[in-house]
Amino acid sequence: MNRNFGALKVTRDVNLSLERGARRALIGPNGAGKTTLVNLITGVLPPSSGKVLLNGEDITALSQAQRARRGIARTFQINQLFRGLTVLENLSLAIGERDGHCNNLWRATGGSRVVIDEALDHLASLRLVDDALKLVRELPYGRQRLVEIAIALAQKPRVLLLDEPAAGVPSSESHLILDVVDSLDQDIAVLIIEHDMDVVFRFARRITVLVAGAIFTEGTPQEIMANEQVRAVYLGQEGHRVTGGARHG
Amino acid sequence: MPQYANIAVSILFDGLAYAMFLFITSVGLSVTMGLMNFVNLAHGAFAMAGGYLVVSLTRSLGVPFIPSLIVASVVVGAVSVVFERVLYRRLYRATDLEQVLLTIGLAFMAIATYTYFYGPIPKSVPLPRWLEGDVNLGFRTFPSYRAFLIVVGLFLVAVLWYGFERTNIGAKIRAAVDNRRMAQSVGINVDRLFTLTFALGSGLAALGGGLAIQLLGLNPSFAVIYLVLFLIVVAVGGLGSLKGTLLAALVLGICDTAGKYLFADAGGFFIYAITVLVLLVKPAGFYGRE
Amino acid sequence: MAASDIMNAPTASESARERAAQYIVSRHRFRPTEALPWLFAIAAYFIFPDRMTFANQVAIMIMFALSLDLILGYAGIVTLGHAAFFGIGAYTVALMLARFGWTEPISGLFAAAIVTGFFGFILGWFTLRYRGLTLIMLTLATAIMLQETGNLRSDISGGYDGLPGLTFKPLFGVFNYDLYGHVYYLYTMAVLVVVFFLVRRIVYSPFGQALTGIRENVRRMHAVGSPVHRRLVTVYTISAAIAGVAGALFTQTNAYVTLTVFDFDNSAKVMVMLILGGTGRLYGAFIGAIIYLVLEDGLSKFSPTFWQFGIGLLLVLAVLFAPRGVLGLFENAAAYLSKRFKS
Repeated sequence: MNRNFGALKVTRDVNLSLERGARRALIGPNGAGKTTLVNLITGVLPPSSGKVLLNGEDITALSQAQRARRGIARTFQINQLFRGLTVLENLSLAIGERDGHCNNLWRATGGSRVVIDEALDHLASLRLVDDALKLVRELPYGRQRLVEIAIALAQKPRVLLLDEPAAGVPSSESHLILDVVDSLDQDIAVLIIEHDMDVVFRFARRITVLVAGAIFTEGTPQEIMANEQVRAVYLGQEGHRVTGGARHG
Repeated sequence: MPQYANIAVSILFDGLAYAMFLFITSVGLSVTMGLMNFVNLAHGAFAMAGGYLVVSLTRSLGVPFIPSLIVASVVVGAVSVVFERVLYRRLYRATDLEQVLLTIGLAFMAIATYTYFYGPIPKSVPLPRWLEGDVNLGFRTFPSYRAFLIVVGLFLVAVLWYGFERTNIGAKIRAAVDNRRMAQSVGINVDRLFTLTFALGSGLAALGGGLAIQLLGLNPSFAVIYLVLFLIVVAVGGLGSLKGTLLAALVLGICDTAGKYLFADAGGFFIYAITVLVLLVKPAGFYGRE
Repeated sequence: MAASDIMNAPTASESARERAAQYIVSRHRFRPTEALPWLFAIAAYFIFPDRMTFANQVAIMIMFALSLDLILGYAGIVTLGHAAFFGIGAYTVALMLARFGWTEPISGLFAAAIVTGFFGFILGWFTLRYRGLTLIMLTLATAIMLQETGNLRSDISGGYDGLPGLTFKPLFGVFNYDLYGHVYYLYTMAVLVVVFFLVRRIVYSPFGQALTGIRENVRRMHAVGSPVHRRLVTVYTISAAIAGVAGALFTQTNAYVTLTVFDFDNSAKVMVMLILGGTGRLYGAFIGAIIYLVLEDGLSKFSPTFWQFGIGLLLVLAVLFAPRGVLGLFENAAAYLSKRFKS
């Protein structure tokens, strides 16, 4: 795929495929176009050229919402939550839209115990039940990030795109997020954008390196770590992280 | 001159004069809305204030017309800074609805105040001799006042153009309209810039209000009636764009005049129909950013 | 402690879970305080028998405000042309009578709802793709064009002088309209009860929840697969239909209609009512309409200029200090008190 903003080529000839059960990390310097790529996959941006295929089906013409209903879920780099609603409502809304409950104008939300129970199940798996009735904006940032992930999971996705899931989360809480990522269903294809190399090496079976909008190289974690050119690209930005130095937070 | 050509020239001339009024009054609104994303429905009230100030200066204090215009613009521009600092600043982060309602409230208060002090009857303003009557341009005569309005308008277009495109400050404004956060990060003091543009915009609105007395009449409901027009010009032209405001003012001003000339009652339609058509095709206006 | 006690004691998490579920399950049930406005409405009938015409106007405005709250308060869409729907409803009924001699009132209401709903659907379908200034100007321009159309064909619409003398058949053929507006008031209140019940159901339904989602974060809604445009057009259509019914009631209970029903003033008025009462809370429409109209009735008799200044000032103060309206103030007070009592 290609994506141009005027004369600026933000995404250049990117060819990416995720297999079922993939555990892929997308890394690269700032401004490499990682989030743009996710936006192209999820339908936030249309490609200037190229296609997006899901299980062989061409979804390039589909809107973001249509792709979401086909099983593509994502988290945003900066939380996109329903801040004025309770945590439980955030989840039940996502489930309601997934199942078509929200097409119902007549029956009260309270009448649908199934949705509520499923929402609470998701919250329980992320230890958020105690916050269920709190407004999202009252939660500390780290727990809000958990809600962000919970919503993506509540969509029962087949493809999950996580944009820096641990970003901004204090290290005391980031283990919760990493545990969730670890325990994701084996069938889901997961792509994670990350800067923290410890997270990347813990999670990824394959790594794609994006530089200046194009794929620089791709390989297993071992191959990438040994790659001199990758180190050179990161040097000055996050070289110290590649050598396993500072942690996030 | 043949009949059709005569009508066409009249339409163009009157339309241009009207367009100049629209441009002068609306350009401030466009830039401030583009810069701060702030919906200011009290803009019409600033224009009205300028008009009434000119009335008072010329009628009660005997100040000649042109100096009154200048004084009124400067005074209203200065006073608007107080409003910006004290009130508007608190609502930059507020929702559209809150901004709309606050500024409508201010507009209502302004209308009521002016009604109380000046009464509801339309006011007129004494013009210098050379602005009354007609001016002869050789092939035909034109109303002097409208010619004056066109000249003033074109002069301001040139001045603003130069200021926008050629000066440092203009560049800063354009940068901040384009991307506020980026502009702040390169050291541009956006807050101060906004106060400046707001004062300038309000001053220009006051000028437009003063000029409008002879053209359109002035009574306290001016603030709301013409507000719709200013919003239309701004929306159709595109927020934060000088070019856009000018183009929109020309298109709307001339089409409205043409409509009223040619179709009498039904002519009022054109301006709204054009607005809907343009916005459906280009929702951000002619030169707005999506 | 017996072993059975340990086994049966719910864990802290489980009880928190049950509490959360219970809250959602019972949220839509009628609370006792909800009876208050209705009791007040009934009481008004007996306490102010000579103010029934005014009370009728209040009831109509409450209905109109409710329709706007659906899109403004719940879906978060700011439009400035809502008076257009009020006007379409008003004129549907008026023209049905003036041109076709149709005098049955209740079927008139249904016709107004359908016609206005249809307009709302078309307008919404085209314009709800946009937000902000674009949407405001599109809706405002459309409303003005409608008004201009009416002005153009003042032979049909009666122009700004209006169509007078629109008398309707008695309700159900039995209840004759009296000079003091008693029957009108009860009629309007009855319709308001039905409309309110419908709006309340929508608000507490999953669809209603989706609306609040759109209001809170439309990006997120797209990302979870919500057909946002479809939802907005749906609620806009319903809102238009209700506004149309309010307009129809206006014509029926005033026995005349003029083009002023399309005035921008009407659109602005009802927005002010909502912010005074509190948006996105069903009863905000009630409180806001009552406050606004009572103040207007009192102050504008004294001096219209004074009233205009007063309402402007009230608006400014409301936005600065009580942006969530009277109900918001109540909520703040309640939260403050409950914190006080806890500590």
